[in-house]
Amino acid sequence: MAHTIPPPRPAGALPASPGALAELLDEHAYLCDDGLATACFLALRMGRPLFLEGEAGVGKTELAKTLARVLGAPLIRLQCYEGLDASQALYDWDFPRQILHLRAAEAAGATDAARLEGELYDRRFLLARPLLRALETSPSVLLVDEVDRADDEFEAFLLEVLSDFTISVPELGTIRAATPPVVVVTSNRTREVHDALKRRCLYHWLEHPSYDREVAIIRRRLPDAAGRLAGQVARAAATLRAADLLKPPGVAETLDWTEALVALGVRDLDPDSAALTLGAVLKYREDRDRGLAALFDGG
Amino acid sequence: MRDIVETVVGFARTVRAAGGRADPERVQAMLAALDHLDVLDPRDVYWAGRLTLCADPEDLPRYDRCFAAYFSGRTAVPRPRRTPPPAVVRAVVVAPPVPDPPSDDGSAAPDDVSVASASGVEVLRHRDVSRLGPDERAEINRLIAVLGASAEPRRSRRLAPASAGRLDPARTVREVLRRGGEPAVLRRRAPRVRPRRLVLLVDVSGSMAPYADALLRFAHAAVRAGTSGRRVEVFAVGTRLTRVTRELAARDPDAAMRAAADAIPDWSGGTRLGEELKEFLDRFGQRGMARGAVVVVASDGWERGDAALLGEQMARLARLAHRVVWANPHKARPGYAPLTAGMAAALPHLSAFTSGHSLAALEELARLIGDPGHA
Repeated sequence: MAHTIPPPRPAGALPASPGALAELLDEHAYLCDDGLATACFLALRMGRPLFLEGEAGVGKTELAKTLARVLGAPLIRLQCYEGLDASQALYDWDFPRQILHLRAAEAAGATDAARLEGELYDRRFLLARPLLRALETSPSVLLVDEVDRADDEFEAFLLEVLSDFTISVPELGTIRAATPPVVVVTSNRTREVHDALKRRCLYHWLEHPSYDREVAIIRRRLPDAAGRLAGQVARAAATLRAADLLKPPGVAETLDWTEALVALGVRDLDPDSAALTLGAVLKYREDRDRGLAALFDGG
Repeated sequence: MRDIVETVVGFARTVRAAGGRADPERVQAMLAALDHLDVLDPRDVYWAGRLTLCADPEDLPRYDRCFAAYFSGRTAVPRPRRTPPPAVVRAVVVAPPVPDPPSDDGSAAPDDVSVASASGVEVLRHRDVSRLGPDERAEINRLIAVLGASAEPRRSRRLAPASAGRLDPARTVREVLRRGGEPAVLRRRAPRVRPRRLVLLVDVSGSMAPYADALLRFAHAAVRAGTSGRRVEVFAVGTRLTRVTRELAARDPDAAMRAAADAIPDWSGGTRLGEELKEFLDRFGQRGMARGAVVVVASDGWERGDAALLGEQMARLARLAHRVVWANPHKARPGYAPLTAGMAAALPHLSAFTSGHSLAALEELARLIGDPGHA
């Protein structure tokens, strides 16, 4: 909307230092600290997956999206859920097309059975699901989102793909990535992810941002917010995080809240405007009451 | 270059000695990371290590301590300590003698009975675990180790081949292809059935000390039985909340109990059940660990903190969990009534309330966990 999007960088030109990468991310409206910048820098340089954990809404998914924009590479997203299996994550054969092909060949009077079979298991009948698509697209950024939601059977083949960036299709052979994709794996820690998978990755724990950084993030993402408002919202968010709520707000919620306030034309955060818009930031009834009390009663 | 390798290996040893994960593969990764960074910049060294030697938010404070200790005074490298392992049954050994109520099943159990015979085991089954001799305890521990409680099944989202159910297009078409394009049998698939997640919260405070060992062994058997899917989580609750799932994953029960004893900082301390439950729900439960799970709280409900908080948190737990089972070993005492403030606050939110004081009671607990029909 308001910020101009710089042109994508030529592929292959990696930033020279964590600081340079942080600046690039900043150009794309993602502000990160030393630790996260170093983590991303090493992930790019070492070709290792980046394993991000942290509270909901601290910007894990957003980071992968921004990295894709910085690198000028497509973002391939695999949203994990229970029951996710190989045919949804890796590849699947396009059975209807295979049958059509078979029928067409029969109708044309094909007789060479071996050749026909060879044709059936051709790359063009293989449907690439996110993991295979990421290996076949270079460069690309692969986001494996909320890996803790998938069951552990899935972790096993994810580990296999991430260890050597190859997928073997029995009928076809091994498919190898020309350039391994940049991989970002996120987890909300609903379940302990197996250590073997974490060991393959660079591990980073994302915290809520400091007050100054949060103000900067709000300003960067929502330039329409009055300068005072950004500070007030960030301070309120810090208060809410300290207020012992069922779900403390993340940066994503702070941004939603600011956006709601801006949409209403609010220039100063007062109890009335806060009460009207608090639904953008607190999603439990108990939290709403406790949050309002923390913001305006405690002083 | 050799200098950096030595420094990093020494640092890794410090981290390992402090209980961190600095296995050779991770140390390699740290060295590889430093290849791309400035080894003379302490911040770069810090992050290279933190990104590769940690795998859990709980690892971070320890890492920070090790980093500060190792890189400030390089001489103060602690040797890997070889402390003698603590006594496995220490929670039981330090227990104050419990007054001897009449035996639960009426048949008075002789004190120095030899427990080789079948009837001996039967008597033992009903004996309160807090009043067993060492031999009897070994026998009971052996029997607890095979209990392997598992939560009731639920339908999974994952589909598996089945004789009846929805059509499985992929397998049907594969079958068609195998037969050269002739339509043949229809293949079907149906949701698989998997056990629900089982979460055990074991009170290790002083008043529960006589039973904590047996209950943790019960938890160990459940963890072992659910290893393949890691569907069992165990927490020790006292004045602090300690996740001991990883420690209890060891195959050998005694080794697992030693590891758990090492990990729990507050054996036989006080209880702040409400606060600990809140911490469990904030950090793990609400994120998903308690959702749809069978949650077992093993505690006597002696709450030193605010009982109202415990009631509030139990209500929250009951909303998240599929079922909540409470095991209170003191329930077996004659004339027991749930009068302690904590127990009274928790009671309305339970699906089942049982004892868990003897082998027979633990068998009953295992059955309650797996069978909603008795809830």
